[in-house]
Amino acid sequence: MAVFNEISPNASAGAKLTNWFENRFPTAFDAYRVHMSEYYAPKNFNFWYIFGSLALLVLVIQIVTGIFLVMHYKPDAALAFGSVEYIMRDVPWGWLIRYMHSTGASAFFIVVYLHMFRGLLYGSYRKPRELVWIFGCAIFLALMAEAFMGYLLPWGQMSYWGAQVIVNLFSAIPFVGPDLALLIRGDYVVGDATLNRFFSFHVIAVPLVLLGLVVAHLLALHDVGSNNPDGVEIKGPNAPRDDKGHPLDGIPFHPYYTVHDILGVCLFLMAFTAVIFFAPEAGGYFLEYNNFIPADPLQTPLHIAPVWYFTPYYSMLRAITSEMVYVLIACVVLGAGFGVIKGRMPVIFKGIIAAAAAVGILLMLNIDAKFWGVVIMGGAVVILFFLPWLDCSPVKSIRYRPSWHKYVYGVFVVNFFMLAYLGVQPVSPLGERLSQIGTLFYFGFFLLMPWWSQLGEPKPVPDRVTFAAH
Amino acid sequence: MKKIVLSFIAALGLIAGAAHAAGALALDKAPNRTNDLPALQNGAKLFVNYCVGCHSAAFMRYNRLTDIGLTPQQIKDNLLFTTEKIGETMKAAIDPHQAKEWFGANPPDLTVIARSRAGLGGTGADYLYTFLRSFYRDETKATGWNNIVFPNVGMPNALWQLQGDHRPVFEEHESHGQTVHVLKGWEQKAAGSMTPAQYDEAIGDLVGYLQWMGEPIQKTRVRIGVWVLIFLAFTTVLAWKLNGAFWKDVK
Repeated sequence: MAVFNEISPNASAGAKLTNWFENRFPTAFDAYRVHMSEYYAPKNFNFWYIFGSLALLVLVIQIVTGIFLVMHYKPDAALAFGSVEYIMRDVPWGWLIRYMHSTGASAFFIVVYLHMFRGLLYGSYRKPRELVWIFGCAIFLALMAEAFMGYLLPWGQMSYWGAQVIVNLFSAIPFVGPDLALLIRGDYVVGDATLNRFFSFHVIAVPLVLLGLVVAHLLALHDVGSNNPDGVEIKGPNAPRDDKGHPLDGIPFHPYYTVHDILGVCLFLMAFTAVIFFAPEAGGYFLEYNNFIPADPLQTPLHIAPVWYFTPYYSMLRAITSEMVYVLIACVVLGAGFGVIKGRMPVIFKGIIAAAAAVGILLMLNIDAKFWGVVIMGGAVVILFFLPWLDCSPVKSIRYRPSWHKYVYGVFVVNFFMLAYLGVQPVSPLGERLSQIGTLFYFGFFLLMPWWSQLGEPKPVPDRVTFAAH
Repeated sequence: MKKIVLSFIAALGLIAGAAHAAGALALDKAPNRTNDLPALQNGAKLFVNYCVGCHSAAFMRYNRLTDIGLTPQQIKDNLLFTTEKIGETMKAAIDPHQAKEWFGANPPDLTVIARSRAGLGGTGADYLYTFLRSFYRDETKATGWNNIVFPNVGMPNALWQLQGDHRPVFEEHESHGQTVHVLKGWEQKAAGSMTPAQYDEAIGDLVGYLQWMGEPIQKTRVRIGVWVLIFLAFTTVLAWKLNGAFWKDVK
C-alpha cells in the first residue's frame, strides 16, 4: 500500500474529503498534476493551438448527440430514412440533436484539417514527436472510416450511392477485390446487411478505436511535451529552468491554457451554432440536397459526389486515368533512375531499386487504372504517416525556414482546395487535367520533401521562445 | 508565384462557368411565404385537396398543422380526407401498385420534397414554383401532359382546372448546326377558374406550404439561434476577461 496521509482533525471539511480520496485513489490526483496543473506548455502558443482542444470538444459533442440519436434511429433499410425524419419532426428537440451531429461531422474535419496544418507549419511531427504525429494520422484515418460509415445511416440517395461507389472501389484490387467488396457489403449490392454492419461499426467499433487513439495521442504528447510556433524545445537539456526545475518558457496547462481554451471554445461555438440554427444544410455541403430523397437502388443519381471532406482524395482517385498511369510510370522511371545513378549506396541496393521499379512498372501496365486510382487515394493519406522522416529541414518551424518555403506551403494549400473543389464537380476535360496536375503536386510535395526541405538558408533560431506579454 | 495562383483561380472560374452553363434551368423565384400563416393555411388546403390523392407526406402528421395556426377542430373538419385520426401522417389514398401502372413510377413522397430539389439552379421552392407552373398539354404523352422543367414527367397537371389551357411558345434557333426549341413565353388558350395572376398566387401558397412542411421547425430554430448567439457573445466577453485576468501574470 502507498503512503497513507493523516490530516489534522481541525482541517476544513473540504481538505478532509480531498485527503480521504487522495489516500484511496492517488492515481487520479497524479494524473491531474501530470496532465493539467503541472503540465508545462510553452507560453507562446498562438491561435493555431486551439484546434486540438476543439477536436476533443467536437468528439464529445458527436458521442453525446450520437447516444441520443441511437435512441430513436432504426438501422433497417425500410425504416432508416423515416426514423431520421421522425427524429427531425416528432422527437422533442430531435432536430437540434440531429443538426448538431450532422454539423459536428463537418466541423470535426474542419478542425482536424486545421490542427494537422498547424503541425505542418511548425514541424510538430519532428523528433521526438513522431509518435504523436503517427497516432494523429491514425485518428484521421479512423475519423474518415467513422464519417464514411455514418454517412450511410440516413439512407438517402447520396448515402446509398456514395457507399456503393466507394465500396465498389475495393473490388478493383486484383484477386481478392470482389470478395473483399462482398465481405464489406454483406450482400451483392449495398443493402440492409450493409446498413446494419455500418451502424455497428459507426456506433461501437470505430468510436472505441478513436477514443483509444486519442488517449495515446495525448499521453505521447504529454510525455514529450508540446512543440510551439518557434520550434524551440522548452524542456531540452539546455533550456532555462527556474529554481524548482520548471521550464522558464513554460506555463502550467491549468489554469493558463484552460482559460485560453474556454475563450476559443466560445468563439468556436458561435460559428458552430450559427450553422446549426441558421444554415444547417450549409448550402448543400454539410447536408446534401439529394440525401433528402430516400435511397433507391434502382435509380442512380446523375452526379455522385462524396461529402466535401473526402473530395480532395476523390479527385485524386478520378485523376488516375489509363493515360495518367503512363505519367506515373514515367515518375517511377525517373525516381528509380535518379536513385541508381546519384544514390551513394552499395551496388546491391541499386539492383534492388531497379528491380522493384521494373516490377512496379510491369504491374502498372497490367492492372487496370481504377486500381491505381485506389492506390493513389489511399496513398494520399498513408503518406502523411511518413512526414516525420520526409522533412529534412534543419529547423522545425516555418518561421525560421527560408522565406520561399512559405510559398511552397501556400501552393500546397491552394492545390488542396482546388482538388476539393474539383471533387465536387462533375468530370470535365479541364477538371481532369487540373486534378492530374494537382495529384502530381500533392505527391511531389511529400516525396520530394527530403530534397526541397534542405534547400535554402534557414534563419537563425533563437534560444528562447518569442513571447510578448499580453 | 502570383501568376501561378492567379492562373489557378482563373482555371477554377472557367470550370465553374462551364458547370453553370450546363445546368442552366432558368427557374422563377418563388415568393417566400414560410412566415405568412394565411398563405400557409391556403397552401395546406390546396395540398390536401389536390396532392394527397396521389402523393403521401408520410412523415408529416395532420396535427402538426396546428403550427401554422389551425385548430385541431378545423383540421378535423376541413383537411382529413384519407384518415379519421388527426395524429396520423398524410398517407396517399392511391394504391402504389396501381400508381406504378398508371404513371410509370410511384408518385414521390412530398414531406421533404422542397429540401431535396434545391441546388438545381435555385432553391427547392424555386424549382417547385417553376415546375408547377410549367405543365402543358402534349398529346404525344401517355398522360396527355408534359412539363418544361421536367420533360416527359409522369405526372399530369393536377391543377389544370385552376390554370386553364396554357401553352408554351417556342422559338426555333440554329445552334451548332441543329435546330433547338427555346421557350419564349406562354399563351393562355382557354381560361381556368383562376386568372394567371391568381394561379401564380395559389402556387406561391402551395410551394410555401411545401417549404414549411420540409422543415416545420425552421422558424423556431432561427428564433432560438438568435438567443443562443446573444448568450454566447456574452459568454465570450466573460471568457475573454477571465483569460486576460490570468494571463496578465505571464511575462
